[in-house]
Amino acid sequence: MSSKVTNRIALSVIILCACILVGTLAALLGYILVQGVTSISWDFLTSPSSPFMAGGGIKDQLWNSLYVLIITMILTVPIGVCGGIYLAEYARPGKLTSFIRSCVEVLASLPSIVVGMFGMLIFVNYFGWRYSVLSGALALTVFNLPVIVRVTEDGFRSLPRHQKEGGLALGLTHWHTIKTILLPAAFPSILTGIILSAGRVFGESAALLFTAGLTTPNLDFTNWNPSAPNSPLNMFRSAETLSVHIWSVNTSGIIPDIEKVANGSAAVLVICVLLFNLFARAVGKMINQKLSGRH
Amino acid sequence: MGINKTMAGAPSNKDPKLSLLKEKGLIKRFTDHYSESRGRLIIYISASLMIIAVVAITLFLTVQGLRSFVIDRLNVWSFVTGTEWYPDRENNPSFGAFPFIFGSIAVTLLSAVIAAPVAVGCAIFMTELTKKWGQRVLQPVIEILVGIPSVVYGLIGLSVIVPFIKQYFGGSGFSLLAGSLVVGIMILPTVASIAADSIRSVPDTLREASYAIGATKWQTIWRVVIPAAGSSLITAIVLGMSRAFGEALAVQMVVGNARGLPTSIFDPAATLTTIITLSMGNSTYGSVLNDALWSLGLILLMISYIFIVIIRFLSKRRKA
Repeated sequence: MSSKVTNRIALSVIILCACILVGTLAALLGYILVQGVTSISWDFLTSPSSPFMAGGGIKDQLWNSLYVLIITMILTVPIGVCGGIYLAEYARPGKLTSFIRSCVEVLASLPSIVVGMFGMLIFVNYFGWRYSVLSGALALTVFNLPVIVRVTEDGFRSLPRHQKEGGLALGLTHWHTIKTILLPAAFPSILTGIILSAGRVFGESAALLFTAGLTTPNLDFTNWNPSAPNSPLNMFRSAETLSVHIWSVNTSGIIPDIEKVANGSAAVLVICVLLFNLFARAVGKMINQKLSGRH
Repeated sequence: MGINKTMAGAPSNKDPKLSLLKEKGLIKRFTDHYSESRGRLIIYISASLMIIAVVAITLFLTVQGLRSFVIDRLNVWSFVTGTEWYPDRENNPSFGAFPFIFGSIAVTLLSAVIAAPVAVGCAIFMTELTKKWGQRVLQPVIEILVGIPSVVYGLIGLSVIVPFIKQYFGGSGFSLLAGSLVVGIMILPTVASIAADSIRSVPDTLREASYAIGATKWQTIWRVVIPAAGSSLITAIVLGMSRAFGEALAVQMVVGNARGLPTSIFDPAATLTTIITLSMGNSTYGSVLNDALWSLGLILLMISYIFIVIIRFLSKRRKA
């Protein structure tokens, strides 16, 4: 009798927990979207931000976020995929392997501000690149590498064994088997992971604070010469990204429409991250269907 | 498909002979041992980059963090336990980092207390009560929430939680509680999704055995499933705590950034990450304040390592 009552009560508490979690998160997200979407307009997205006056947009910040993301991905994906291949294919159980594994683990769990401080020390001060797109992208590379490594390793490990054995039986070398058989087969899961990590990089802020800086020079979007100081493609200019912008507007902003700009930027950021997620899921599903349909 | 593509792009054999294999350069490609060693080289370099990154981070931050003790002659003990942080005071500037260390630990623990029960409850709901629905709907939704940038949580805290606390508990609203709430909400999805994974990995035979001897659903969960998932549930919570500990901007936006020790959870406070975030940009490189901030960074790094060791220990015990 009493055990039944406890059962009832306990289960209701669990359901309540789930409701609290989903409710809180849905309410907060809904709040951001509802508050923010009203301030998003074409004008908001395409006009440069203004340091004192109301009515500034987020054009430069949006571009910076994308640019830093692209460079980070160009740096991370090859290194990360190769690192993942090492762990999945070449690593022999031993001290070195377990050390590399610990290193990946350490990189994955370091606070992003620590990574940012490291970036400041090495790239900004030591290499003298100042606050720049490149410094930011390199810091984010450190931050993103372990994710790609894990994704790749998992992708390779989930492949059926006979694919590798088939390749080796044909007389291919190990590297060739990896390059021509295993990598294409593991590609869908790796791609999904890469897109998901792109969402994470896109929203990262603490690591960029001290590496990409809090300001953006006046960008001239007609000047695509990468060495010009006001070119959007210049890698050695400071670049405030969207998420850093949200923070800096709220903490040190003096514009009168802080709330509008912050909410609008947050909504754009959240929508972008959601898009990355949905896109990753769609890609994963599509490739999965294609692969299983071909059997 | 991938095979054909890579072959088409291959350089053709210089010495075309009759054999089709040779014509397409296949023999060369298949037996090219240089390609193997080249590939191996790329792979090994990438792997060693991981080691280099970790070693470099640890080494450089340690060296830079020790500057304030070695060059500026600050006392380590009074740095860690001192409660007065007045780096810009004209005569006798003092560097006491204890309020920040305390703030970091308080925010971490409070957020874990807030997040852990709800997250574990939700994980149980997803895995034990509504298996299909939980896996199909809740799990993806929670995974998407994991990816929401922390600044957004900070902004929500600033525009919802801080005014709420101000209205109902008085004060400015910027407080230790606000920081813990924001971080707690932020780590909820992380903890929930890892906890759900660990509960899911409990074999069904255990549950069936429990039901077979007449246990109710709750008794099964409480006496069988949770103990079986045990240390991985704790790992999930510790992972959430390590994320909470390292969070910077979201906390900074709501915690109030006071330099003294908070006397209650409604007092403004500061953490290691927030003071670094705030002061690093304003201090000149090489000044005593700057060096002291790097020392705070070193403390941050050391505590992160402690978290990593704890997590390793827990997951090792799970395997054993």
